[in-house]
Amino acid sequence: MNDLCKLTLKKAAEGLKKKEFSSKELTTAVLARIKKLDQKIGAFLLLTEELALGQAEKADKLLADNQNIGELIGVPFGLKDIIVTKNIRTTAGSKILSDFIPPYSATVYEKIEQNHSVMVGKTNLDEFAMGASTENSGYKITKNPWSTDRVPGGSSGGSAAAVSADMATYAIGSDTGGSIRQPASFCGMVGLKPTYGRVSRYGLIAMASSLDQIGPVTKNVEDAAIVLNTISGFDKYDSTSVEKEVPDYTQFLKENIKELKIGVPKEFLGPGVDPKVRDLINKSLKQLEGLGAKLIEATLPHTKEAIAVYYLIMPSEVSANMARFDGIRFGKDRGEFGPEVKRRIMLGTYALSSGYYDAYYLKAAKVRTLIREEFQEAFKKVDVIAGPTSPVLPFKIGERVDDPLQMYLADILTVPVNLAGLPAISIPCGLVDGLPVGLQIIGDHWQEGKILNTAFAYEKSCPFREKPKL
Amino acid sequence: MKKKINLEEAKYIAKLANLPLTEKQLTKFTSQVSEVIEFNMSLLEKVNTEKVEPTAHVTGISNKLRKDETEQRLSSDEALQNAKSKHNGFFKVKAILEPS
Repeated sequence: MNDLCKLTLKKAAEGLKKKEFSSKELTTAVLARIKKLDQKIGAFLLLTEELALGQAEKADKLLADNQNIGELIGVPFGLKDIIVTKNIRTTAGSKILSDFIPPYSATVYEKIEQNHSVMVGKTNLDEFAMGASTENSGYKITKNPWSTDRVPGGSSGGSAAAVSADMATYAIGSDTGGSIRQPASFCGMVGLKPTYGRVSRYGLIAMASSLDQIGPVTKNVEDAAIVLNTISGFDKYDSTSVEKEVPDYTQFLKENIKELKIGVPKEFLGPGVDPKVRDLINKSLKQLEGLGAKLIEATLPHTKEAIAVYYLIMPSEVSANMARFDGIRFGKDRGEFGPEVKRRIMLGTYALSSGYYDAYYLKAAKVRTLIREEFQEAFKKVDVIAGPTSPVLPFKIGERVDDPLQMYLADILTVPVNLAGLPAISIPCGLVDGLPVGLQIIGDHWQEGKILNTAFAYEKSCPFREKPKL
Repeated sequence: MKKKINLEEAKYIAKLANLPLTEKQLTKFTSQVSEVIEFNMSLLEKVNTEKVEPTAHVTGISNKLRKDETEQRLSSDEALQNAKSKHNGFFKVKAILEPS
């Protein structure tokens, strides 16, 4: 039965349609694996076994009638527990929401539900998605399946660890400053952050509203395109989602990248990057060049200020968004917030307070414009930009937890993308010391197709077949 | 521009944020907030932002309005289902005005 757990989304969908196995068999196998392994990994905050088996039975009935209803039907997935699900406890990884039962579902969950995918559980995260290691969860620490004394990354660490350990066929995460891409990189998975406005944020408990975006964590690039097809699109309940046609993203899964111009910013391979990570990324870039792509030296000098901009804009938005937790309409007392949430509320409240707003928040918002413009300039000359997802390998649990500045620097190569609202994907490109490394490919606004094309071509020529030993 | 905050300022910020903090937490956040602000501003101060407009929305859409039409969404029971204190279909809160 373990073999069923290992299937990609595409293979699972094919097997279900050919009646090689039922959704109930697949779901039961995945649930059994969670029960066997999750004590060790801690990827899930809630198992929704009863719901999953019901959804699987329904999917099997529809499949028996040969109803052609998309590729997610009958496939088990995990949902980051910051996305609200009607009548199913949603905690955002926070003690303040330990008894919160949402009265409605997020648009993303509704879309997946309408496609009859099977939710096996809600995955762990840093409290309100604030962190880069999942150590800030109010409930438990998720372990990296590749090495259980190391972090899985964050904040979508539960989603990435679950897929990596074959405890879900795919998962949904959210990315504010790297929270899908960095854990995908740390766990050897594919993680895609779409263009800001591509996917509805309705029902995603807001961390920093101008940066947050929902996206998939999957076992390969094709699966990411399939999930993106389902979750994308304008939503009248999210006024920041954009009315723009959603292409069939699987049509971009082509191996040909001849003449594709790949920008390689020198700032992404600078002194802060682990030399072993740098070597592997350079090797991967050569691989892309071997496929006919053109590597073009690029420069994004404002990369070094991006982290400073991010750690002013984000906490400012956090302090405003967290104001809704007043203990009156839902949730517990504000004293229940964990230390990182309190720290960011303090930072943001200070940055927005009278006398400091212009110097801190407004200054950061202006430098954000320069970062955005710098990317726009770069995309006049190149199709995509590539580099590492994380400057470092998965670090040891506890290593950075008491040093916020060190933890914040883990985001240095992912936050510029959120500040500019661009789409980006992280794909596994090899191991260093037995730990996965992610290659990040960034596209211009709405160019998910180009990054999927590049990622797919790379994956086909250099498939990542390693699995964590569990 | 002063970038370090002192304990008194931290207390004031915590009050603005309605955040109950212990003396120990306040002391810790005083130094951590100072450290992060100092780090951030040491980088940002060097950037010339004269005549640069701030970014609010990255893909440039603005004033997206929907039609002013009502529709059935949450019932009041659903809206109240997570409230710790309610009365006759209302949220119950502490009095904010003194009776005259």
